[in-house]
Amino acid sequence: MKKPSRREKKPEVLLQGNEAVVEGALRAGCRFFAGYPITPATEISEVLSVKLPRVDGTFIQMEDEIASLGAVIGASLAGVKSMTATSGPGFSLMQENLGLAIIAEVPCVIVDVMRGGPSTGLPTSPSQSDVMQARWGTHGDHPIIVLSASTVRECYDMTIKAFNFSEKFRNPVILLIDEVVAHMREKMVLSDQEEVEIFDRVKPTVPPEWYIPYEDTPRGVPAMANFGEGYRYHVTGLTHDVRGFPTSRPDEIGPFIDRLHRKISQHFSEIQMAEYDQTDDAEITVVAYGSVARSAKRAVREAREKGIKVGLLKLMTLWPFMRSAVEKVLQTSKVLIVPEMNMGQVSREVKRVSLGMAKVSTLNKVDGTIITPPEILNRIVEVS
Amino acid sequence: MSEGTKLIYKYLRHQKKFPHVWCPGCGIGIMLGALIRAIDRIGYEKDEVVLISGIGCSGRLPVYVDFNTLHTTHGRALTFATGVKLARPSLKVIVVMGDGDAVAIGGNHFIHAARRNIDVTAIIVNNSIYGMTGGQSSPTTPYGMRSATTVYSNIEQSFKISELAVTAGAVFVGRGTVYHAKLLDSLMEKAFLKPGFSVVEVVAHCHTQYGRVNRLGSAVEMMEWQRDHAVTVEKAATLPPEELQDKTLIGVLVDRELPVYQDEYERIRERAKAAGGR
Repeated sequence: MKKPSRREKKPEVLLQGNEAVVEGALRAGCRFFAGYPITPATEISEVLSVKLPRVDGTFIQMEDEIASLGAVIGASLAGVKSMTATSGPGFSLMQENLGLAIIAEVPCVIVDVMRGGPSTGLPTSPSQSDVMQARWGTHGDHPIIVLSASTVRECYDMTIKAFNFSEKFRNPVILLIDEVVAHMREKMVLSDQEEVEIFDRVKPTVPPEWYIPYEDTPRGVPAMANFGEGYRYHVTGLTHDVRGFPTSRPDEIGPFIDRLHRKISQHFSEIQMAEYDQTDDAEITVVAYGSVARSAKRAVREAREKGIKVGLLKLMTLWPFMRSAVEKVLQTSKVLIVPEMNMGQVSREVKRVSLGMAKVSTLNKVDGTIITPPEILNRIVEVS
Repeated sequence: MSEGTKLIYKYLRHQKKFPHVWCPGCGIGIMLGALIRAIDRIGYEKDEVVLISGIGCSGRLPVYVDFNTLHTTHGRALTFATGVKLARPSLKVIVVMGDGDAVAIGGNHFIHAARRNIDVTAIIVNNSIYGMTGGQSSPTTPYGMRSATTVYSNIEQSFKISELAVTAGAVFVGRGTVYHAKLLDSLMEKAFLKPGFSVVEVVAHCHTQYGRVNRLGSAVEMMEWQRDHAVTVEKAATLPPEELQDKTLIGVLVDRELPVYQDEYERIRERAKAAGGR
């Protein structure tokens, strides 16, 4: 066989997780970024400040994270795919405008490179402590999509997914990354030739006088007109009727809030992503996400070598929580081990959906260090 | 059909959203009239105007007007405006805020939008009180006055919004009152036409809250107060300082040239492309 020449070689690059987020965002069509410096997410801002102007995009450093998300939502309403990136403290500041993006159904992507908390906490150490903040951080009942990544390649793929979901469902999408994944460098193939599915928001096809901006549709997602394209309509953070105008009528609010939730819940199978590793005959399943899933993968392999029937369920969509995936592993498993770098944010959900059908063993670490394969292996041996 | 009626039919969502939420005698309607007349005189297409607001009595304004309208979170309107303008610079972006909106919760956004020189016009209705929530003190409630949260007396000094905007770097700052409606018309027209961050402060009355607790009388009496306490910038230059102590300066406070953010950013794009690379 002929040795491949340099030219034929795949375009391999050595990238940091944060840099892969940038590449994913650009590939997805992101052309606007507003952010505020914060460790450990700053590289995303820095690299985009270099790359966005080259593709006629816009990078702006705002006065805080509140302003950053405000600008992102404004740019998205004007028709440009937009994102911001932050860490726990900045994400806390974004919760106010996150709610506005949800109720006004404005697509946008927020990358949260997690650090330990509360407060300033552990700025340079890994953590997974924003799982619940991502779900319930903004007030009021609301739908949200939260994705996670455990490799540099997944940082790229999940950023693209995040943009696609946000455009498709007109909802903000949050990508949670552990600090170690964001700062780790791995080799990946980065090619413009590679086929990637890109989804753009559905625009109205009716003339402006027929346009109903918050109309219910079979998908639950109304067509979205961009500012300046002839469809003058009202966008508000107040509960609104199908025309976008404020309402306090129960017969209009009820169906509206229902639709907001339904547009996500009727597409669970499309949104919810997971990987199953040796779970077919597993009597024990490790449920993990982010960097911990990597440690878990190795622990499962080593436990299998010892003859223990154990598998790994790697969650890639954290919210809406994957009841179906847990139910699937419950068909064979009597013990679920949930290792995570927080005090038990996902294990609560695993317990909730497993309805007592399995023992849920929690393995929590909040000291700023990663959960290692031996720690998970020890637990597997203990419960086997 | 009178000129005013024509403007109502052309610019207001007159069949959908009226009656409005404002109290009888409120000054916001006068300010809205000035805004619409200025836009009509300049001749902007309705499709190219984006009207953005925050929260409060002024926050309800965009819903009544037939532009691209956006009612945002409290104090954050300028951040949304920044995104809209940079994403689609061909749009004419106008932000309407109250005093609490602009210089309390949104004070940081206000000074930074001015410093950056984002090409947006900020119109601030300054009625010295939080009207919608029931008359609590705001950063522009004068020292010694009363409100629902300063029933004994306000012990804080107040912000001078226009002077703050001048210091923060706005390229055009004008102040008027709702009594001086024609001045508002011309200030708004100048502000809309000015490239960069322009500010029009509209001194208004809230007879329902501020006027009531401070016994300042009806809307008409409060507007007469505006008339008696306003001095034009030109006239003020001829008066000794002691005569200006309890007066409000009206007119154009600053009109200057500074680089506009979006034009500067266009140069950044050119430099970035020239530098090349992936």
